Amino acid sequence: MTALLNVTALDAFYGDFQALFGIDLELHPGEAVAVIGANGSGKSTLLKSLAGLVRSRPDAIRLAGQNIGDVAAAKIVRMGLALVPEGRQLFPSLSVEENLLIGAYGGDRKSPWDLGAIYRMFPVLGERRKSSVTVLSGGQQQMIAIGRALMSNPSILLCDEISLGLAPIIVENIYQMIPRIRENGTGVIVVEQDIARALRSTDRFYCLQEGHVTLSGRPSDVDQAAIRAAYFGT
Amino acid sequence: MTGLIDTVLAGVLLGGIYALFALGLSLIFGIMRLVNLAHGDLILLAAYLVLTATTALGLPLAVATLLVIAAMFALGFILQRLVLERLLGDDILPPLLVTFGLSIIIQNGLLLVFGADSQRLQAGAFESSSIMLAPGLGIGLAPLTALILAILAVALLQLVFYRTSLGRAFRATADNPQIAQLMGIDHRNIYAAAVGISLAVSVVAAVAFGIRANFDPSIGPARLLYAFEAVIIGGLGSLWGTLAGGIVLGLAQTIGARIDPEWQILAGHLAFLAVLMVRPRGLFPSRRP
Repeated sequence: MTALLNVTALDAFYGDFQALFGIDLELHPGEAVAVIGANGSGKSTLLKSLAGLVRSRPDAIRLAGQNIGDVAAAKIVRMGLALVPEGRQLFPSLSVEENLLIGAYGGDRKSPWDLGAIYRMFPVLGERRKSSVTVLSGGQQQMIAIGRALMSNPSILLCDEISLGLAPIIVENIYQMIPRIRENGTGVIVVEQDIARALRSTDRFYCLQEGHVTLSGRPSDVDQAAIRAAYFGT
Repeated sequence: MTGLIDTVLAGVLLGGIYALFALGLSLIFGIMRLVNLAHGDLILLAAYLVLTATTALGLPLAVATLLVIAAMFALGFILQRLVLERLLGDDILPPLLVTFGLSIIIQNGLLLVFGADSQRLQAGAFESSSIMLAPGLGIGLAPLTALILAILAVALLQLVFYRTSLGRAFRATADNPQIAQLMGIDHRNIYAAAVGISLAVSVVAAVAFGIRANFDPSIGPARLLYAFEAVIIGGLGSLWGTLAGGIVLGLAQTIGARIDPEWQILAGHLAFLAVLMVRPRGLFPSRRP
């Protein structure tokens, strides 16, 4: 089966500073993959590169066979790759419903996600659709951020630290929707600092350390000590 | 008594013109945090374009206005994509310097092409006709139309901002341009559309102003000053506030002029300072911090 996403020898730079070194990664339809690593290991940079916020070599990233390494972020989302950014980053001037609607801006990608589907998955958002997003709880805001990304009907959903700052029970609630998203063939990449949480919901993982992939595979095939070594570099 | 009512009416109507001056400025500041120091001169450029279309081409005023609205929208879009776009960033100085330079270029360009003589837009009988409200109390049709246009412009912009997909994109881009890109919004085109709309509204301001007063190439900066005062009095980021700010400024100026004709401009500035002292964020600041 051809991969949905192929990352080949991806380097990423902030000015003179190199944040990623020769990353290889692939994602298949309906698959969930975790990217784990310590602070500053390059996880967020990897997601920003995929989403087009950090530019890279054109053929370093291929989405359904098309080179997107140097394509602008606004175009990439319309090609079917959506990012739930770290820290949620909702639009404070927009209501709950407007934040969801803007996720579908200018898009014509058909598939299951619309306002009704989002409200069925997160009923509380439907009840508060006219509210300002600034008065909602952290968990509700995270639901909006995920719903907003889904509104573009992506074939790939990237989630950056969606458990950050949330109570464990809320985190469980949020993670329960991942199987529902995968049902339609959408591939999911989650970036997490909470290794155990990430590995429970995914099929495969990549461990990053200082911009390199130090370990990858299926969680069941790798023992804890190897992950710890790849994570901390001991 | 009639004199007082007359003064207040004249003030409110003058405020309509100031609000029209200020709307475009308020719009681009609200969306992209850009202070356009050439705004007053761009209004004058619009006035001269309408003048040329009506005199040289002999078009009716309404047709000329619509034509120039389209032209100024295009000019704004191009100006943003080719020039202003390069200046946006954390440093607030480059946009100020470049728009200041643009102001000087436009002023001197107008002087070169049209000369220093005072001009006026001709609107036929319309410019001098008035409605009598009571014996000795009439309001000019032209100033009344200016106020109505200002109200319509604010209402239309509010509608676009809060009821359309484009409006959501404007507000989202104003909140966070980088995250807006993740929604498929090309922030460069959104900014360019904002500058285009700003200049399109300025054409309406130019026509309303050019019918009731003489203009020459040197008066742009003073229009900018009134526009600034209206925006600040009304509160940054609020279009209805900008309308209110224009009316406050117009009222202060006509009341001042009634006390002593020399006090007109001064009274406007004093009202501006008074509002700043009592409510530093303006009368109707937007909720956004």
